[in-house]
Amino acid sequence: MSEPKEQTLEVWGNKVETKVLTKGSGPPLVFLHGAMGLTWDPFLEQLSESFTVYAPYLPGTAPGLPDAIKPIDNLWDLVLVYYEIFDKLNLEKPGVVGHSFGGMLAAELAATNPERVAKLVLMNPIGLWLDENPVKNWMTTSQLELGPLIFSDPTGPAAQLMATPPADPEEGIQMALRTTWSLACTGKFVWPIPDKGLKKRLHRISSPTLLLWGEDDGIVPPVYADEFASSIEDTAIQIIPKAGHLPQLEQLEPVVSVTNKFLTS
Amino acid sequence: MKISAFHLMPHRDLPDNFEEEYHSVWVDPPFWDLATPEQVSKYYNWTLDELVHAAKSGFDGICVNEHHQNAYGFMPGPNVMGGALALATRGLDVACVQMGATLPTTNPPIRIAEEYAMLDCISEGRLVAGMPLGTAMDANMAYGITPIEQRERYYEAHDLILKAWESREPFAFNGKYTQLPMVNVWPRPIQNPRPPIWVPGMGSLSTWEFAANNNHCYCFLSYFGHAQGKAVMDSYWQFLEEKEIEQNPYRVGFLQLVAVSETDEQAEKDYAEHVKYFYNKGLHIAPEFTPPGHQDYRSLENNLRRQLKGQANAREGIKDWSYKDYVDKQFVISGGPSSVVEQLENLIDSLHVGNLMVLMQIGSMPHELTMKNIDLFTNDVLPHIQDRWSDKYENNWWPERLRTKQTSSELTAVGGAE
Repeated sequence: MSEPKEQTLEVWGNKVETKVLTKGSGPPLVFLHGAMGLTWDPFLEQLSESFTVYAPYLPGTAPGLPDAIKPIDNLWDLVLVYYEIFDKLNLEKPGVVGHSFGGMLAAELAATNPERVAKLVLMNPIGLWLDENPVKNWMTTSQLELGPLIFSDPTGPAAQLMATPPADPEEGIQMALRTTWSLACTGKFVWPIPDKGLKKRLHRISSPTLLLWGEDDGIVPPVYADEFASSIEDTAIQIIPKAGHLPQLEQLEPVVSVTNKFLTS
Repeated sequence: MKISAFHLMPHRDLPDNFEEEYHSVWVDPPFWDLATPEQVSKYYNWTLDELVHAAKSGFDGICVNEHHQNAYGFMPGPNVMGGALALATRGLDVACVQMGATLPTTNPPIRIAEEYAMLDCISEGRLVAGMPLGTAMDANMAYGITPIEQRERYYEAHDLILKAWESREPFAFNGKYTQLPMVNVWPRPIQNPRPPIWVPGMGSLSTWEFAANNNHCYCFLSYFGHAQGKAVMDSYWQFLEEKEIEQNPYRVGFLQLVAVSETDEQAEKDYAEHVKYFYNKGLHIAPEFTPPGHQDYRSLENNLRRQLKGQANAREGIKDWSYKDYVDKQFVISGGPSSVVEQLENLIDSLHVGNLMVLMQIGSMPHELTMKNIDLFTNDVLPHIQDRWSDKYENNWWPERLRTKQTSSELTAVGGAE
């Protein structure tokens, strides 16, 4: 697989610099990454066979630009920053796929200005809160405890890949730094409870929406799919068996196939 | 040399298997499993009695601090303790060192400007104003502060508090985290324009820069003793030298655990179990309760590199350490009086430190033993080290009226605070 193209953008009155990974051809599709940060993985690679995939780094999480998070004070700022990223990429009304934290962000973008999102795929999104089924606080969960929560099979290949540190120590530091700082930057918009009022805004979403959920998600259990669906007009729910919080890693083929089918129908 | 008695107000009777049976001493230890309000009432009063006794026995200052949701040391309101201590030490030349009220979790932060001014008035100008950032467990977990915003909140609160004390006219404060239409704090501190400010830190570069740029006293609060602390303190002095700032030992503070007995052998008998309790139970803190973002990016990178080089492993195997290990590594300075004097002189020279905070009540140490430690320390140790530095340097980070201190014998002659 060839490397995606990396470009640097300036937005927010030139106060925020971030990077975007782009690859593929076909209709535009934006991917918004989760709390652990952006990795160009086989899921994005396969999507790029049917779409032009644009994957922006949340400001602050792009390599070499840790301070870019500073000028963005709150969720409202963040939503506007992302419209500006769309503008810089000449994306009038792309499809948007958001995973976990990125799912919440995608829903906010589609709710704030429904004209900017053609179709919406929310993969195990955060953003809502049920007292009887609280979202697990991933920022304060030990590595040991996290495995069984995010993976359906904590000993499977996806889990093992994530648990294996890079052989080169310097690369290990860079990876730990990237992941920790991505958690810190995304945490700015959700700490300490990932419910910032999205529930009140969901009804504004007009784009067809697919809720794609790993059945064994221990971070945001699939009961939240119904909660999202109850407030969005045009929704379909697809539960992915044998997958946890990262269905695109554990069940790549079905996730790609369901996503493609929804986006091209 | 200014030497203050520091107290954490810990739970002194955690079960023997606490660290095996419970996840963490901080954030999630279940209160009703582990304590009763009546028991805690006893601890608070012992703590106050011990600090007042330390003050009357010749210490230069007494220190309290703020922590939440834990059995390690639980004074959620340091200024509540400070009020009681200010009154109980009235007439003594003893500083009330509040180490202190936590800036990012106090809302609005002028509450600290007000309460510290109250304490300075009640103590008649004996306040040292500690300005802690707060641990992750306190600020992020117990009080819900967004980790990546904690330091920025701290800087803003600091600027607001200083302006509130120093401004002659009411002013509007338009901050990112605090907006106030008309700041006009009543009362104002007796110390004009403000009490000395101490900034507790754990060795992060950002805190060094902050303390140096604002000319505050930087206090390294480590529980790992001066041998471990030396690398950090040396780097701090070098940092100050590069900034061409005077190497005045009073611009730094250091915390050390100290336990004195009649002899070295008796010290081991008296204190061994309490030292082990402190490290094994008191510091049994789940690492995941320091969420990402609590450390800024540069500190995070420094720490990851330190870990790679193995520099963070000073505590390796600590669960199996003997009393002798703790003393050999100087995590704890302990022994008979002459041995403790020698170890402390070594610490003072090695770190070039002018403000020393000593923890006299360690872990499970009972009240009577704590009083004994205070008595032996003030009678047989303190007089040998109290005069250090005073002929060479001015302590600009101490309440002005206390900078020339009466000796213990003079105090006795005027009747102390009875």
